[in-house]
Order: sequence, then structure tokens, then C-alpha cells
Amino acid sequence: MGNFAANEGLSIFVILVWLGINVFLFVHFYLAFLVERYYYTRVILGHALSWARAPAACLNFNCMLILLPVCRNLLSFLRGSIQYCSRTAARQLDRNLTFHKLVAYMIALHTAIHIIAHLFNFERFMDSQLMINSSYLPYVLSQIGNNDNRSYLNPIRTNETNPTIVMFTTIAGLTGVVITLALILIITSSMEVIRRSYFEVFWFTHHLFIVFFIGLVLHGVGRIVRGQTIESVKVHKPDECHSRFEDWGKNGTDCPEPVFAGNPPMTWKWVVGPMILYVCERLVRFYRSQQKVVITKVVMHPSKTLELQMKKKGFKMEVGQYVFMQCPSISQLEWHPFTLTSAPEEDHLSVHIRIVGDWTQALYTACGGDKTVVQDAWTLPKVAVDGPFGTASEDVFRYEVVMLVGAGIGVTPFASVLKSVWYKHVQENKNVFTKKIYFYWLCPETQAFEWFADLLQSLERQMMEKDMSDFLSYNIYLTRWKDAEAAHFRVQYEAEDDPITGLKQKTRYGKPNWDNEFSAIATQHPGSKVGVFLCGPTALATALGKQCISHTESGTEFIFNKENF
Amino acid sequence: MGKIEWAMWANEQSLAAGLIYATGGIVGVAGQFRGWQFAAFGIAAGVFVCLLEYPRSKRGKGTSVERTGQYCFTVCVNAFGPLTRNYYVRAFLHAALCVPGGFMLATVLGCVCLGIASLIYLSAAIHGEHWEPILPRTEPPKRVGDSIKEPPQNPPPRPPPELRRKKADKLETAAYDNPMSVTVNE
Repeated sequence: MGNFAANEGLSIFVILVWLGINVFLFVHFYLAFLVERYYYTRVILGHALSWARAPAACLNFNCMLILLPVCRNLLSFLRGSIQYCSRTAARQLDRNLTFHKLVAYMIALHTAIHIIAHLFNFERFMDSQLMINSSYLPYVLSQIGNNDNRSYLNPIRTNETNPTIVMFTTIAGLTGVVITLALILIITSSMEVIRRSYFEVFWFTHHLFIVFFIGLVLHGVGRIVRGQTIESVKVHKPDECHSRFEDWGKNGTDCPEPVFAGNPPMTWKWVVGPMILYVCERLVRFYRSQQKVVITKVVMHPSKTLELQMKKKGFKMEVGQYVFMQCPSISQLEWHPFTLTSAPEEDHLSVHIRIVGDWTQALYTACGGDKTVVQDAWTLPKVAVDGPFGTASEDVFRYEVVMLVGAGIGVTPFASVLKSVWYKHVQENKNVFTKKIYFYWLCPETQAFEWFADLLQSLERQMMEKDMSDFLSYNIYLTRWKDAEAAHFRVQYEAEDDPITGLKQKTRYGKPNWDNEFSAIATQHPGSKVGVFLCGPTALATALGKQCISHTESGTEFIFNKENF
Repeated sequence: MGKIEWAMWANEQSLAAGLIYATGGIVGVAGQFRGWQFAAFGIAAGVFVCLLEYPRSKRGKGTSVERTGQYCFTVCVNAFGPLTRNYYVRAFLHAALCVPGGFMLATVLGCVCLGIASLIYLSAAIHGEHWEPILPRTEPPKRVGDSIKEPPQNPPPRPPPELRRKKADKLETAAYDNPMSVTVNE
């Protein structure tokens, strides 16, 4: 049995703490409305009052949290500071999107509870106005405050209305409808199916969160949740006076009419901090995007891959980071993430972009991809770059032994790593902590090899010159092939260089046997921490995650890092 | 905004709206609110919308992802022919179904969500989309030899075993295991 705790421990701890706080807030605020001040409110509403206020408190907490995981620049900064103390804690920050989604689900759940409880509240408030009977306490309570319209308990002030109209004429009701609608639209457009296929719909609809937060802050402004004022409780004790309601305020009783007031809005205290942080985040992104970026080279690679080499003043990166790119001539609002394929030691930054959708197709045309003559520099479009943002690949050099697994285009962050390796060892000859790299590239088609194969070829050559062929062991797996190609491979199997890549190490066919690979590495490097880095599909991530857990025995520890966009 | 198929988002939205409509209806009936008849209608309409919207349509471009167990729903919905394939009909149906929900607080949210879904479906219909069932592809039956197992359809491109023996002194660098053991003198 492997070391589950090393890989998942901190995540589970964070989730448990978060759930614990939710439960605590729910119970605490449920009980907070069972006190004397709300006695008369509960006469009308019963426990539905507490059932509405408890999720409201949880909503405050979760709406505070939801903005934080998407402050990319803040997280990058935190990551940079924390990783000197604890690599595990820094890795936890990579799971920000998962946390964001969890908090979103919790918001949806609490919204549902809150709304259902308020449906009962509205109905009961309405009932107590309609049951016109001065021996009926709820009705009597509802008539309090009819003169000055300030000390009332029942927010429904007349019996010539219905709950639906009341909802649309109170601030709380109207904002409630608006923000719930915004939440539902955000959730339905964030479903995986929509997000993966039509990112723009997801991205634009998601900006309804601005409407959501404004409505959320205004939701309590009407002070619709009402209880007895503290002064009133001093002179009118509900326990003693509730049965003598026909005598309230009359001469000779010690039960004056109770006075009610609404609670001040609390939500803004919870969310104002994260809202300011998020505004700062967007300002930072905007400022960084305004810095001048010059495209110095455009390369068209065979399998619809476009390479852009750019220069930006003051740009500093680490291996395997990614940037967001925007091209104002294509779209003012769209920012798309791309992994950097250049190494920090190079003087330019480069990205390899696969042409799959409208934006990338437009970028290809704008960069003159379909023209055969050389383009002048001034015809190239202006681009903006925001970032770099850190991902798990930064940690590669902190492990002694490293397994890099890239599927298809997922190999791009590792292009940066390998280039950096080459620069560090070969040119600068620094003492690098990493002693051995195992590199696995799974690819369904041969054409995709082309640009990366060049890199591997030059690496191979350099390593042979420096007598360091042991440092990097790479395995390329072709997962799909046609019969015609198969015949060619069969004939060429004895050739010195691989027929597909031209490399000395032969291409393998089919999928790797991970069990064997992990066991082999574990026996080769007993007692070390092996970092496993993957950029690829979820199925592969699950398989590798399981392998890491099951092959982590006393001594060799496999730590799994996954990248995702 | 690219070649988005609006129907996909309309489908998600209307499924959510159906659930919300039904939930609001259940609350209205269980709590015996005033106007519970509208709530009862809300339950029926919500459930109907959920059943209608559960099977995803086949996408015009790209791979379609089915919902779990949607096949029987696909068959039912497909049986109604143009009534369910046409998105104008769906837009109008959702608009009609959502109206009674506006008369009672518990179902108002379902009403508005269904109304929005109806608008997105209208947009889908204007863009010429329609519903296509996702039916399993009929695969040609594999003929298995009586006594001989079929060789793999797409074997890894290796020559036959006799030619594949790596010399014993090159075992370490071999990219694959020897199918037969070799000694140095062979």
C-alpha cells in the first residue's frame, strides 16, 4: 500500500477545515436566531427563520472564498514565497480551480436552502396578514408599526398583496431574484460540455459574477429580517408578555408594545476584502498586458502548430510556466492561455500554438501563416502577454529523479524544461540537483513529432558530445498508426536511427506499461523522491496517480504533479 | 462568438430550469401554500421538461457526450419526430409551460429560468439547429474463426519472432524483450 497521505493529505485537510467552518457557521447562526430577540419573529415564522439565516451566513463565507482562488497573480506571488518553506503547501495552490468549483457547488446548495426557507417565510408572513382576527397573535404582531412604518415586524405591510408582488417590490426580494438568476446562468454555462467546446460562452457569462456580487451586497440593505430592539426587550419580555397580547400598551400593564427593527446588512463586511483583491488582480493583469510585446519570429510547424517568438521588456519566467495572450485585432476581450516553450535562459519567449478554434485560426492568418513570402515585422499583429503564471513544472529541478509524461500537445511545458536542462548542464555547467530525467511522450500521430523532434535531436547530439547520454532517458510512444506506415516501420526496424523521429532511441508502439516503468525506476533509485509530472488527459492522470500511490514504498516516494488548463 | 451550438447551452439551462420548477412546485404543494395548484402544475411541467431535455442532441460538429443512461430517453423523444426535433416548437413549448409558474412565488424562479431557456432555444432555432438523436453505431459483427483466434487487427509493426531476436550482447539497449531466450553464440 502506498503513501496516500503524501500525495493527498494536505488537500483532504484543507477540505475538512473548510467543511468544518461551514458546519460551524450553519449551526452557530441557526442557534443565534433562537434567542429572545426573535421570539415574536418566530411566532410568525417558526424555525424557517433560522433555516434561512444559517445558509445566509454560509453564503457570506463562501462568497468571500470564491474570488480568492482565481486571483492568479496573488497565487503566483504566494506560491513563490511559500515554496521555500514547504513544497507541498505550494503545490496545494495548483488546485485552485478545483477549490473554486467546490465552493461554487456549496454556494448553489446554500442558495437552494435559503430560497426554500424564504418561500416558507413569505407564505407565513402573508398568512399572518390575511388571518384578520384580533385574537390571533401573528395578526396582532403584523399590525404593529402601522402608524410610523418603522417599528414593524412583518415586512408585508398590507393584506392586499401577494408574495410574488412583495418579492418584486422589496430590495431583498428583487436582488435575490437577480442574483439567483445570475448564479444559475453562470452554473449552466460552466458545465464541462459547454466550457470545453465554447469557451467564450463560458467566459462571458461568467462575468455575471459582477452582477452577482453587487446584488449580494445590496441584498440586506432593506433590513427585512427584523427582531425586537434591545431597549424593547428590556421593558417587554416576550416570555412573560406573549400571552397577554390583547393588553399590550394599555394603561396598567407592564407590557408596552414591542418595538422592532431590522438587522444591518452584514454581507459587505465579508466580501469587501476579496472584492478589492480581485479588482487589484484585474488591474495588475491590465497593467501587465499594456507592456509592449514584439513578435520577433513566426514559424509554421507541420501539424497545424504555430510558433511565435516574442520579446517583452523585463519579462522573467521559470520553466514550464504559462502566459495569457491577447490579440486586440482579433478580439478585445479574449485572453487565451499558452504554455511557454522557451527556457528562462533564452533571450526571447516562445509559445507553440495549436490551431484548433476561431481565435487561433485568426491568429494564424494575422501572422501571415497562409502567405508564402516573408512578412515584414510591422505587418505582424500587436499582441499582449499577461503572466507568467506558475504551474507544477517549476518544481522539476527540486527532485533528484524526475518522470515527465506528456500526451500529444501536452508535451509543451516539458519542451521548456528540456531546453533549460540543456542550457544549465551544457553551457553553464552548474551543479544541478536533478540527476536523472525519464521522459515519456505519448502521441497519436507522427506529424506532431516534427518540431519537438528537432529539439530532442539537438539535445541528443549535445549529450553525446559531453558524454552525458545517461542523464536523459526518453521514450516516445506512438499510440496510433496506419497499416501503410506499419509496413515501413517493420522494414526499418534494424536501422540505426528511428524511422520516425531520426533519433537514436527507437520509437515504441502502443501505450507504455506503467507498472513496469514505475517498478524499474523504483528499483533503480531506491530511497529517493521521484517527481512525476504529467500534462495530459484526465484518464492518464488517474492512471498515473494510482501508480504513484501504489509504487510509493518505504524509500522511494513518487509524488504526482498534474498540469491542467 | 465562434460557431457555438446554442442548443447545447439551452439544453443545460432548460434541464436546470426543469429541476428548479419541480422543486419549487414540491415546496409549494408540501407547504400547502396559497395557489398550490400552480405548484402542482409546476411539478408536472418541471418533470416533463426534465424528461424531454435529458437526452442530449448529437452535435453538428465534434464528438457528442451522452448523459448516463440517456438511450431510452433518446428513443422516446425521437419517437415524436418533428415535434421534438424542431427547436421552434421547443422554444414555444417552454415559453407556454413557464407562464403558470409566474402566478405563485415558489415557482417564479422556475418560470424565469425556463423562460430564459426558451429564448436560447429560439436563438438556436434561428441559427438553423435541430435535435438529432445519439444512436449507437451498428458495428459489423466480428467473425471469429472456429478454432483459430483472430490475430490483432492492428499489431505493433514488428517483424516475425525469428527475425526479431536481438543478439545477446545487445540485450540492454533493446527496445523490447526477446520473445525467445538467446545465448551469446547464436
